Amino acid sequence: MANVFNIVVCAGIVPDPLQTLEPVTGPAGPGLKNEMVLPAVLDPWAASALYEAAHLAAQNPGSKLWLVSLGPKAKLQQVMMTVAQKVAFELVPIDGPIGGFPDAHSTAAVLAETIAALPGLDKSKLLLFGGWESATRGAGVTLQLTGEILGITDQFQGVDHIFVHDDGSFDVIERVEGGKHQASTCAGAPAVLGWATGNLAEPRNNPQVGMANMRTIMPALAKAKVAKLDANGLSYLSVSLPKQQRTTRVAKDLTPDQIAAELVEWIGAE
Amino acid sequence: MESILVLTHADESGAALTRASLEAVTAAFALSAQLSAPLTIGVLAVDSAAAAKSLPSTGAKVLAVSGEAFAQARYASDAAAVEALIRAASPTIVLAPGSSRITRIAAGVAHRVGGFVDTHITALGGTATVEATRWFYRQRVEAVVTRAARPWFLLLDAGTHQPFAAESATAPEIQAVAVDLPALRTVVNGFRAPAQDAQTIRPDAKLLFVAGAGWTKKQPDGQLHTDEASKLILGFLHSTSSSLGSSKSLVDQGGEGNSVLPFLTHLNQIGQTGATPRHAKGLSTCCHGEEPHVVGWRFIADRRAISLDPNCGWTRGKADVVYVADAFQVIAKLNALLEAKKA
Repeated sequence: MANVFNIVVCAGIVPDPLQTLEPVTGPAGPGLKNEMVLPAVLDPWAASALYEAAHLAAQNPGSKLWLVSLGPKAKLQQVMMTVAQKVAFELVPIDGPIGGFPDAHSTAAVLAETIAALPGLDKSKLLLFGGWESATRGAGVTLQLTGEILGITDQFQGVDHIFVHDDGSFDVIERVEGGKHQASTCAGAPAVLGWATGNLAEPRNNPQVGMANMRTIMPALAKAKVAKLDANGLSYLSVSLPKQQRTTRVAKDLTPDQIAAELVEWIGAE
Repeated sequence: MESILVLTHADESGAALTRASLEAVTAAFALSAQLSAPLTIGVLAVDSAAAAKSLPSTGAKVLAVSGEAFAQARYASDAAAVEALIRAASPTIVLAPGSSRITRIAAGVAHRVGGFVDTHITALGGTATVEATRWFYRQRVEAVVTRAARPWFLLLDAGTHQPFAAESATAPEIQAVAVDLPALRTVVNGFRAPAQDAQTIRPDAKLLFVAGAGWTKKQPDGQLHTDEASKLILGFLHSTSSSLGSSKSLVDQGGEGNSVLPFLTHLNQIGQTGATPRHAKGLSTCCHGEEPHVVGWRFIADRRAISLDPNCGWTRGKADVVYVADAFQVIAKLNALLEAKKA
């Protein structure tokens, strides 16, 4: 028997990993130079969560999938042009600041408030998905905080796979130290799952899915509520790029034998 | 005035504290001395008395929760235990290892006690107040932060401090803390790991060996040599006991039905969407060294790369030495030399 889930995926937007990042400090605190014009993508681990959520929803007819995303409306619209072609979802945009420097507790409070107010959401069927860490702040706490505020006390982080049983319970594996997974069985929703890479490849773009999604995404963006994030006493004493430019020796004319000999010595040296 | 609680927990055996916990204890003693702040040590274990043997009479108060429910890591039970420790100690600063067990619950517990959390701390400084160093944007931007709000939870990255070494053998006096456990809906079934000889992720290894997508590309003879690549890589790992990392593109090939190295999983991934391990040395092979890969090398001290491309990313100040050569040939010679050296 199929189960019905209400799956909410929390996903931020991040600068494309190939972009050069330069921190700057303005009146509102630290940020990135030209942040609003840097090409952006959906946060990679959160994107894994979205694809896993869509897969789970497809396996369990009647399930519903929301994508809750906090960021500047214009950037959200830009990123959604691509993401919307991947899988079907209902976007719940929140117009707020971009980047990794706002406080995670404030972000979580806004997300939890938004999720709690979703029309038609049945909390007893709620699976709260997201990336286990973002590619911006990378703190790995926003999803936990959001779950805790919503009163969810079954939480899993670094998830790579879940398997749902007929009775709604599910097996889950989480990444732990030393290249291992911890395997658990949870009685069922509600639960928080912070995804690592998962097992699914990125879906191919599907223009039909994109067109269907965009019919609801554009009105949702137009109505996006505005969020102001409190610093909660967090202040930045310095924000800088690492100064780790190395003086590289490029060895072009060594034979494989010579390189191997040099490497043996290097590996053995303390 | 600040007061510090350092959280520790047992390892898989249940009989000893994890190395990361002992590193957090070292950091806590240093911070306690720096701020002249009283220190309490919290222990989470199935048998805390046994686990706390590595904390003999340090002068710090030791609070502990014990019981079968804490034999394994689970959100509901661990969060309840750590909440009880914090309510018993009433600290303004909570230090903890950034282990999977603590990371899973720290934010939730911080919320329960009205506190705030910052993670992946790599250094603690400051004199009058606490200044914490951490990275943003996947190790591409470094920041020093402080917080006025308390209690403040700081989770320390593993490998940033020396593990605490006891100077005395006197068992500590442990104060048991009772935990009001909620209904537990999750059962931990155990761990899944590759067989011992198939485990390629070795966090304690001195050397990180990274395999890039070039290993599964067509070679000069126009053919794929994936089997040969597998043998060469596994031979190197066997000879050096190094840890294996890979680029996302190489791991992703498995999901796209391409020729793959069968022992690679997403757990091996290093970089923007993977791990940022700490090793003394790193050797990159068949990887072009662009930024999304290299951010995973932030904590690799001594870096070398083998690449056919003399203009690859590694040559632009990201590695100490770049060998412009065919990794197939070099690793074959290297394995032969390493085997001969062993013999």
